[in-house]
Amino acid sequence: MRRPTARLITALTAIGLLVPALAACGSDDKGGGSGGGDDAALVIYSGRNEKLVKPILDKLEKAVGSEVDVRYGESAELAAQILEEGDRTKAGLFFSQDAGALGALSKEGMLEKLPQATLDKVDSAYRGGEGDWVGLSGRVRVIAYNPDKVDKAPDSVHDVVKPEWKGKVGFAPTNASFQAFVTGMRVLEGDDATRTWLKGLKANGKTYSNNLATLDAVESGEVSLGLVNHYYWYERVAEKGEDKVGAKLHFLPGGDPGALINVAGAAVLKDGGQSATAQKAVDYLLSKEAQTYFAEETKEYPLAAGVTSPVRDLPALDSLQAPDIDLSKLESLQETLAMLQDVGLV
Amino acid sequence: MGRLLPGAGPGVRATDRRPPWVLIVPACVAALFALLPLGYLAVRALERGPGYAWDVVADERTLQLVGRSLGLALTVVAACLVLGVSLAWLTVRTALPGARAWSVLATLPLAVPSYVAAFTWLSAAPRTAGFAGAALALTLVSFPYVQLPVAAALRGIDPAQEEAARSLGHGPLSTFWRITLPQLRPAAAGGGLLVALYVLSDFGAVSLMRYDTFTWAIHTSYRASFDRTPAAALSVVLVVMTVALVAAEGRTRGRAGHARTGTGSARPIAAVPLGRWRIPALAWCSAVTAVAVAFPLGTLGYWLAVGTSATRDLGGLAETAWATLGVAAAGAALTTLLALPVGVIAARHRGRGARLLEQAAYAGHALPGITVALALVFFAVRYAYPLYQQLPLLICAYAVLFLPVAVAATRAAVLQAPPVLEDVARSLGRRPLRVLRDVTVPLAAPGVAAGAALTFVVCMKELPATLLLRPTGMDTLATRLWTETGAGSFAAAAPYAAALILLAAVPSYLLGRHRT
Repeated sequence: MRRPTARLITALTAIGLLVPALAACGSDDKGGGSGGGDDAALVIYSGRNEKLVKPILDKLEKAVGSEVDVRYGESAELAAQILEEGDRTKAGLFFSQDAGALGALSKEGMLEKLPQATLDKVDSAYRGGEGDWVGLSGRVRVIAYNPDKVDKAPDSVHDVVKPEWKGKVGFAPTNASFQAFVTGMRVLEGDDATRTWLKGLKANGKTYSNNLATLDAVESGEVSLGLVNHYYWYERVAEKGEDKVGAKLHFLPGGDPGALINVAGAAVLKDGGQSATAQKAVDYLLSKEAQTYFAEETKEYPLAAGVTSPVRDLPALDSLQAPDIDLSKLESLQETLAMLQDVGLV
Repeated sequence: MGRLLPGAGPGVRATDRRPPWVLIVPACVAALFALLPLGYLAVRALERGPGYAWDVVADERTLQLVGRSLGLALTVVAACLVLGVSLAWLTVRTALPGARAWSVLATLPLAVPSYVAAFTWLSAAPRTAGFAGAALALTLVSFPYVQLPVAAALRGIDPAQEEAARSLGHGPLSTFWRITLPQLRPAAAGGGLLVALYVLSDFGAVSLMRYDTFTWAIHTSYRASFDRTPAAALSVVLVVMTVALVAAEGRTRGRAGHARTGTGSARPIAAVPLGRWRIPALAWCSAVTAVAVAFPLGTLGYWLAVGTSATRDLGGLAETAWATLGVAAAGAALTTLLALPVGVIAARHRGRGARLLEQAAYAGHALPGITVALALVFFAVRYAYPLYQQLPLLICAYAVLFLPVAVAATRAAVLQAPPVLEDVARSLGRRPLRVLRDVTVPLAAPGVAAGAALTFVVCMKELPATLLLRPTGMDTLATRLWTETGAGSFAAAAPYAAALILLAAVPSYLLGRHRT
């Protein structure tokens, strides 16, 4: 009775070997020249989620007048892939979820300097120091609070480690935005102060797996305060209506490290062979249409000058008192992780 | 223990005779293939000089991570051995009602990606996070690695030995302990090794459960600094751990021969009557199935039912499913082909060369998917640029990642085929290739097929390497799942997860049907 199994293997093998052969034929006719050149399709490596950005990248295709092939992945992994590809990279444009991945490519000299006209569209606080990447949208660290539990949220993250908040603070230590904020604190106030603060936070706080879970805990009253990004709250309000959301947001004043603004951004690859189209794409992503899309879909801050967010009740970007920090310095995340491990938070 | 077994004389054991070229050449090709990531790691780890790499490795934290990873791996292996062996024995050898259905159900958890398992448990019981949660999720998705080969081995065991033991007055338990279990040892140890390597390479479950292991450290190293040197240096430690595990598994194998003496009688093995143990046995199977299969499926069903973000794009789902089947079948086929010579040599030949070949085949398996993927990016960009981001490269990645799955299955299956038949064929003047084709492969076929099916399923749910190496624009069920969960919409991910599990049921079902 072994025969059917043997036949099964044979069939599986045959199918398996045929599929790639067929697929290889198929991909040959649409592949075109793989050597690059501005006439080929623009290849975008997108670290932003497909669900989020596909509609606007479809529009981008028309705007830049070139076919667009998008490769979705995680920002960090795509950046590592581009580094590994070196000067034979297929990416024309890198669309990153955070500044760190852009900074890493910039440090290796893989990014092309953007035209001054493009750079000038974005405040210098939200672009790379070498002029080789620009921020497209910004997210702000805020404190969410439950008005049933507290009248007013504290004005500084330094307050939440005080005894009065014991057991009342929620945060997500594994979340990238939280870690970027801690990195910001290290840059602004030094390692010792940050370590002390983290120990206090560990003693006072409850940890959650992500920002959404933290916000849930604030809404349910499990904790009174939550350290989150601003857009989670606005998305929830857009979904349910403000009167059904049991949490409020507090934007911290006075350049507090807890009010860090981090960005998602884009850069043109030097060796992608698609510079002209990629630059057009960056300009499109800074256009009013694209910026409004980000503002509406993700509730993030549009960063191009002259575009304001249509999101109701969102304080104007220039009214925020974010800490003054060079975003490229957020790349020292490794030390932050070591510190978080040391303190015992991750 | 080998003396208990008939046919454990010198002629049956692995020999020191050199394997025929027809095996050596393809086995070396397979080994070279599996060693690709090592070459890459050497280049990257030494990029900034050996001193820097040593500093990374010699860090106090490295030792701590080794301990955490090994502790998790050993716990999961122990749990998987208990679950896998008990289920295999109950479903293959006893008069358990619905045995075939139970055995199919028991293979289904393989189709559940570790991060889905971890998430379902976290959503139901947030307190499970940490070591316990990681161990639970990993056990529940990986015990079929033990159950499948052990079940295949049980089917291959010559019933005459057990009957002889029974006739000599041994009770069922004693017979199982003294006759059956020793014969299952290669299959169980091979499965346990796969589980250990799977745990070492897993990122999904440990990251969700927030239990930092070696792979977690390697991932954060890539993520945090984009500096490939520390990640590569840590990966080398992982490879060393792998080699140590493979060597340890080799020791537990012992030198016993495990072949049956006959050509395989068509007579079915008499099922052990369970008597009053019937109810506990059924309860055990139901409990395992409930936590490992019904629970994740139920959670998916719940998301589907309550979620508003579920898109019911059946066309897209079908297209993705079709593509997934294609690459997974191709991956399984290539992996099985590459594994065949290595598995035969590992089972039939002793000596340094044979051992090195087998260890080489395992080298890539404990590495995180992203490391293997980056290694293939490195090589393809330099030496095979036209293949880069094309399907053949993705399929090669699957082979590097999952070669041990197929090798373990092949080796265990070949061990059960009596070598004396090969000797007879050779003495009749058959050339090595024909011996392989006419004798070894047909005898080992069920086990090899189980390995192929296993490989097929793990290819289907592979994520990090697929993300980096797939052709631009191509999706598999796993990458869609990743996309949908990345946008926070678990309901939208549920159809893809459900499709993954349903498709993975097909090979399990086929194997169940063809088994005796």
